[in-house]
Amino acid sequence: MVNSNNEAPAIPSADTLRRLAISESGFVFDPVSGHNFTVNDTGLTILRSLQHEQDFTHLLQELQQEYDANPSDIERDVIEFIGMLREFVGE
Amino acid sequence: MNDIPATVAVTGMNAKPDNPGPGVAVARCIRESPEFSGKIVGLGYDALDPGLYLKQYCDSGHLLPYPSTGDEALLNALKILNERENIDVLIPCLDAELPGIVRLRPLIEEMGIKVFLPTPEQLRLRNKDRLTELAQLAGIQCPDIKSVTHAGFFYKCQDEGWSYPLVVKGLFYDAKIAYTADEAADAFRHIAAEWGYPVLVQQMVKGEEYNLTAVGDGHGNMLGEVMMKKMAVTDKGKAWSGVSIFDQALYDASAALVKAIQWRGPLEVEVMRDKHGQYQLIEINPRFPAWIYLSVGVNRNLPLTLLKLALDQDIEPFPEPQTGILFIRYAIENIVPMADFESVVMSGGLSNLSQ
Repeated sequence: MVNSNNEAPAIPSADTLRRLAISESGFVFDPVSGHNFTVNDTGLTILRSLQHEQDFTHLLQELQQEYDANPSDIERDVIEFIGMLREFVGE
Repeated sequence: MNDIPATVAVTGMNAKPDNPGPGVAVARCIRESPEFSGKIVGLGYDALDPGLYLKQYCDSGHLLPYPSTGDEALLNALKILNERENIDVLIPCLDAELPGIVRLRPLIEEMGIKVFLPTPEQLRLRNKDRLTELAQLAGIQCPDIKSVTHAGFFYKCQDEGWSYPLVVKGLFYDAKIAYTADEAADAFRHIAAEWGYPVLVQQMVKGEEYNLTAVGDGHGNMLGEVMMKKMAVTDKGKAWSGVSIFDQALYDASAALVKAIQWRGPLEVEVMRDKHGQYQLIEINPRFPAWIYLSVGVNRNLPLTLLKLALDQDIEPFPEPQTGILFIRYAIENIVPMADFESVVMSGGLSNLSQ
């Protein structure tokens, strides 16, 4: 299950994502770039998943089990989220 | 824990909110250390330099002659001050005074005043017009930089491959971004009139500014590095708030630099980080930055470290770098009795501030 271009989005590396300080409130701080940003509950779930799951297809399967939503909507949202995440962590 | 009963003279007590000198912050770091039980002598160049009157940080405040008045005037002023205050260590905090103090170091030390500073050659190596060499030593990139001696350059520089915007800089201070040849020529004249020649032009780099401060031990080791990302700046581009970070690439580049030139004393490395995470070296300052109090915030009191090195005391290992600590600067009014101001204007100094 991939995007319309049949390419999985480039996920920031697990090392990069594991360095992030993530609070329960959804406040995220990158100790290398100094950037901070906030995520909502869904974003928090995706971010935590991405810290250990780097396979896009597996990630979508995990999220589809957790959320009662259209799979294509989940895919679209996750691709958008990963794009923003890449900008925030500078990859 | 050590007890340091020394008398420390700290320069750079100017503290205009848009571009504060580092002196007040350096004095604050030392004063707040439980290891320090000595006296702090604040040194400035203007009777309105706020640090001269801040009794919580300085036990006395005095004026120095401007660096442009020459070595002899500085030496005479230091002799008179030393007779009055019995100074153990001098910590210069301003770029413009470094060449003179480094040059006069043997004579200053003859007075019994210790300093922990680079050699004249080390100081020359970090001049802004030698940035390209330094960047090569550090193994990082740096934007093109050139000394300019006439404003006509800005009207034909595009023929030489330069493109606007450019940054026009003084050798010691000041930097203005110019988007056109006219703006660049104006900036050139303004900076030349205020700071003299040469004026430098640097290709503008887009990105976010990161700074590192540390102390070089003179044997090639970088001690106690503290890194910061600027979160907000003043109109002059000075940090108004920032957050501590740790980036191995910035550490490696700065450590390589300190090792290559065997830097002795405080330093600040200024870099820009582009959207791909690549650093460009912008400047190296031979002193602590005005945001040095963040070093206390991350438990790495660098001015205290420098003081210990000057006094030939042992340096304990530093705690691990602490990230995610912010500073947010603020301006505050200090109430000053007219008699104190009068004393600085008429006698060039003010003693017993803490009484």
